[in-house]
Amino acid sequence: MQVPAFEWIKNLMTFTLFLQHIVNALSLGSLYALLAIGYTMVYGILRLINFAHGDIFMIGAYVAFYGTALFVLPWWASLLISIVFTALFGIGLERVAYKPLRDSPRISIMISAIGASFLLENLAVLIFGGRPKGVEVPKVMGQVLNIGSVSFLGVSLFIPIITFGLFVLLMWIVNGTKTGIAMRAVSTDIETSRLMGIDVNRVVSFTFGLGSLLAAFGGIMWSYKYPQLNPLMGVMPGLKCFIAAVIGGIGNIGGAVLGGLLLGIIEIMIVAFFPTLSGYRDAFAFILLIIVLLVKPTGLLGKRQAEKV
Amino acid sequence: MTDIVLSTKGLSMRFGGLTAVSDLNISIGKNEIVGLIGPNGAGKTTAFNVITGMYRPSAGQVFYRDKDITGSKPHVITEKGIARTFQNIRLFRSMTVLENVLVGCNLSISSGLFSATLNLPAYRKKEAAAREFAMALLDKVGLTEAAGKEATSLPYGQQRRLEIVRALATHPALLLLDEPAAGMNPQESLELMAFIHTLRDEFDLTIFLIEHHMQVVMGVCDHMYVLDYGITIAHGDPASIQKDPKVIEAYLGVDDAGNK
Repeated sequence: MQVPAFEWIKNLMTFTLFLQHIVNALSLGSLYALLAIGYTMVYGILRLINFAHGDIFMIGAYVAFYGTALFVLPWWASLLISIVFTALFGIGLERVAYKPLRDSPRISIMISAIGASFLLENLAVLIFGGRPKGVEVPKVMGQVLNIGSVSFLGVSLFIPIITFGLFVLLMWIVNGTKTGIAMRAVSTDIETSRLMGIDVNRVVSFTFGLGSLLAAFGGIMWSYKYPQLNPLMGVMPGLKCFIAAVIGGIGNIGGAVLGGLLLGIIEIMIVAFFPTLSGYRDAFAFILLIIVLLVKPTGLLGKRQAEKV
Repeated sequence: MTDIVLSTKGLSMRFGGLTAVSDLNISIGKNEIVGLIGPNGAGKTTAFNVITGMYRPSAGQVFYRDKDITGSKPHVITEKGIARTFQNIRLFRSMTVLENVLVGCNLSISSGLFSATLNLPAYRKKEAAAREFAMALLDKVGLTEAAGKEATSLPYGQQRRLEIVRALATHPALLLLDEPAAGMNPQESLELMAFIHTLRDEFDLTIFLIEHHMQVVMGVCDHMYVLDYGITIAHGDPASIQKDPKVIEAYLGVDDAGNK
């Protein structure tokens, strides 16, 4: 009668491992979601794909790094400073790179976004240096927690919880406040919004600020989870989160979160179940994108847009 | 007698070689209902677009209560007290009836993002007041029950009314209505005009309205301007406009004149 007991233990082991992966997947997915929200909000308002969003994520991480490493601030203080700085930075970027082109053909503003992205990356190489920097992970984030037989880093638990909190807050802002109603109005019809007395520039700034704030938070958490910074660290996450936003239905905040989580879960699970494929983990995002676009071109939660007359 | 709410001086709007509005001089007194009529493509909507700041005029000036508002941004002009509706209804799709009105109420909630995000009591109070005001407006046009419905799911006539209510939510002193009776049958049009009349009295408004069909506005307007190819061809009270040979020729056409 030894065999069943052994089987049971073996099952427990895989189940534990599975839970472990779930925690990992949720925290990675939440990070993707944070970044995807920024893409989707900006697209919703301006029909612009902000290619520099991934670089804003990078800047958020660097600012927090310098806060603790150079100015010896406590981690939470540099986190707050970084979030505020990055939000203002995002607003500034919009003013400089996008606002002057708002009435130009859509292609101009898109090229400006690509240019802004390259500029930020190269400025980062120039200012921060190309050599990767090791991040000192705060104790709370770096400690190993054990729940039952599942053990994980504090940061992996922290990320999904805070992301959920931010998501609830964001939904409340968008659906329950006048600024949110103004945002939705602008995203439906800019001209009419203006005539209803909405200051469109303010709404756009607010959107960029909010998106950059979430990106900064994501970048900092990313640097606690994978404690190494480099100037190009935002490129791949940025690309994937753009995909997440498209998969969820671009312009839809809930869709961005769903897309982000889905991407994180699939990425982790595929590597977990098919370790031999782990080299291709970045490719799955793109494969998923192709499949979703073939089956449902508007994304999972996207609605077909009626043509404007 | 009356003080002037809106006036324009030599207002012109050119698009490339096309002059859509040419040397428009209007003057609208407080609590008047003034019509702007003319055949299709006469430049009526363009005139509205210039007044509300959507276009910057090629020449001339717009005065609102003796202040030059030429070239001001649309949201600034709305803030000053000019609201408008559109010829082809432009409600916010995918927003509810109530939310559409709340967009208009946006101006009256002046608190910043900070207090909004922190949900301070003062902010909550203002927001609650805005909701109450919006509901009261909806009640006036019999849309209370539709408040939670998606705006674009309403029948056409109600969408028109909702657009007017949304404009009213910005607390205007001057309301510009762009073909409010478009797509309505004569009976509905007359009802609408009566409604506009009550609105004027109830909200102490001045109303400037575009209409394509002359008959509709005859009964409601104090005086009217007639545009043709951007040029003001007549101005006067409805009775004299109706008899003006220039108007009959250019606007009513031979058929309509014969029918009368």
